[in-house]
Amino acid sequence: MTASFLGEDYLEIRDLTVDFDGFKAVNGVDLTLLQGRLHFLIGPNGAGKTTLVDALTGLVPATGTAAFRNKDLLAMKSHQIVRAGVGRTFQTATVFEELSVLQNLDIAAGMHRRAHTALRARREAPVRVSEALETIGLANLANRSAGVLAHGQKQWLEVGMLLVQDAKVMFLDETVAGMSDAERSETGQLLQRIAPERTIVIIEHDMHFMRSFADFVTVMHSGEILAEGTVAEVQADERVQEVYMGTPTGAKRD
Amino acid sequence: MTAVVPETKVTDVTAADPPPEIIPARHRRSPVKDYGALVGIAVLAAILLLWAPSSLSSFRLSNLGRYCALALASMGIGLAWGRGGMLVLGQGVFFGLGAYAMAMHMKLEVAGPEGVPDFMTLYGDGTMPVWWEPFRSGTFTVFAIIFIPAVVSLLMGWAILKRRVKGAYFAILTQAMAVAFAVLLEATGKETGGFNGLNTFSTVFGYNLFDPEVKQNLYRVAAGLVIVFLLILWQLYRSRYGELLVATRDAEERIRFLGYDPANIKLVAFVTAAVMAAVGGAMFVPIVGIISPLDVGASASILLVAGVALGGRTSLFGPVLGAIAVGYGRSTLSESFPTQWTYFLGGLFVVVILLLPGGVASIGSKLAGLRKREVLT
Repeated sequence: MTASFLGEDYLEIRDLTVDFDGFKAVNGVDLTLLQGRLHFLIGPNGAGKTTLVDALTGLVPATGTAAFRNKDLLAMKSHQIVRAGVGRTFQTATVFEELSVLQNLDIAAGMHRRAHTALRARREAPVRVSEALETIGLANLANRSAGVLAHGQKQWLEVGMLLVQDAKVMFLDETVAGMSDAERSETGQLLQRIAPERTIVIIEHDMHFMRSFADFVTVMHSGEILAEGTVAEVQADERVQEVYMGTPTGAKRD
Repeated sequence: MTAVVPETKVTDVTAADPPPEIIPARHRRSPVKDYGALVGIAVLAAILLLWAPSSLSSFRLSNLGRYCALALASMGIGLAWGRGGMLVLGQGVFFGLGAYAMAMHMKLEVAGPEGVPDFMTLYGDGTMPVWWEPFRSGTFTVFAIIFIPAVVSLLMGWAILKRRVKGAYFAILTQAMAVAFAVLLEATGKETGGFNGLNTFSTVFGYNLFDPEVKQNLYRVAAGLVIVFLLILWQLYRSRYGELLVATRDAEERIRFLGYDPANIKLVAFVTAAVMAAVGGAMFVPIVGIISPLDVGASASILLVAGVALGGRTSLFGPVLGAIAVGYGRSTLSESFPTQWTYFLGGLFVVVILLLPGGVASIGSKLAGLRKREVLT
């Protein structure tokens, strides 16, 4: 974990609140996300984790500030936020099933191209796409249609799409859910490989996965931040234990 | 979660990484898949431009010319609906804008310089609305055929797509446009010819419409435009834009999180489809000799879409073949069964949708067992 502020990216969230007709799904959250570490966001169902990410990626309106490179993400539209370097995945992998793995990645790389070049056909894979294919280990499936990929491979493809779009901040929403143990550890290693240059936030229910790979953990409960720290610090926190004792979510994998 | 001990990081590599076997050629597209379509276009060009003019009677050839004009509009529908997922039920509007622009020019040709179209003296006071005046110029007319539908579709598409209207709502909205357009035409008899439309032309850009050679050349232009449009679509479909459009059709929200505004992507297809429909309309008028609200209204628009569905909306050739098949079926069946022919068409439509959701164009790949999953939207 390298947590120097100098020359490194960070996303600073202050007093972020999402109000659904009086129900505060996220309530006054202050959070600083730093480059170079795998930051896990955990908490029971309904804690507001996904809503927080939705707010940061323009899906739901929120109040407060979320400063990234002198821009306030909360005032931007989804596609502008992506262009500013903030990407995300969704709980259910949504790749373009009729297109090949390569085409999926190529489309993700497309926002860095000028519009008129889109009228030309792709001759060969751009370097960035080839590199991403290597990184996510799908190079030998490049021309397969994404619809036939296994569940885990689709999630890796999603991560690959974030890589080619050169997202500096990545929000991964339950990426390892439904994966086999082998796929989980491969995913964790993949994330560790790409972490140094990025700010990665992982929403996760899988405590085993979290313990194996987390550099830093934020626990949310009822829309607020309950605790923050290393895995050991968080696990030692009594309030965290209380929250997880009351719900089966935390216990299910122990 | 109470008595947990932090674990060391998982280090065992469960599956050995497959050796990197990237060779750039792997990631190139297959030339057969890419250029095979060009062979198909060449074959179609040979049939439409060489075989048909030398073998068909002038009556049949003129009919085929009409189907070609409709096919131009259908190809745009294939782009917007098949690739873009926008069920455009109001293409009659753009078909009509192109057709009426052409018809107005031809009407003024009949009237001669300074003259006024006959119906205006017949039903009105013999004065011509100011906005007819520029259509005396052939150059302006050609410009208007493309520019007016482009601007109208851009404004409409902008308003509709930026508001994220899609699916059935989009279809209903475009259908309503066609109904409104036809009603507007019928209500403005003194300016647009009303229910009778515009007809009794004699020349187009100075060429005598009754000259057999001019007729044949009109057919050649329409068929030639079919080939040109096919080439444009071929390039569009294999381009990155084509891939992006399909991706937008299948997962519009996801596209947003790749940094694109899906509305802009769809807008390009919508405007292109509108211009294609307008060119089709402009070719329809000199070949058929009449344009009326019936040709541009709701049912005309739906018939266009039916041809596309029949032929196969996602394929390159489907819309063309569908439009020609529906046109041909309509003429021949209506010769033998003047009142019942629509039932045949309806029946065929049902059979195709049930058994061949990808349209007739998908038979080949279906037989080959290579059929991709077609999702009916």
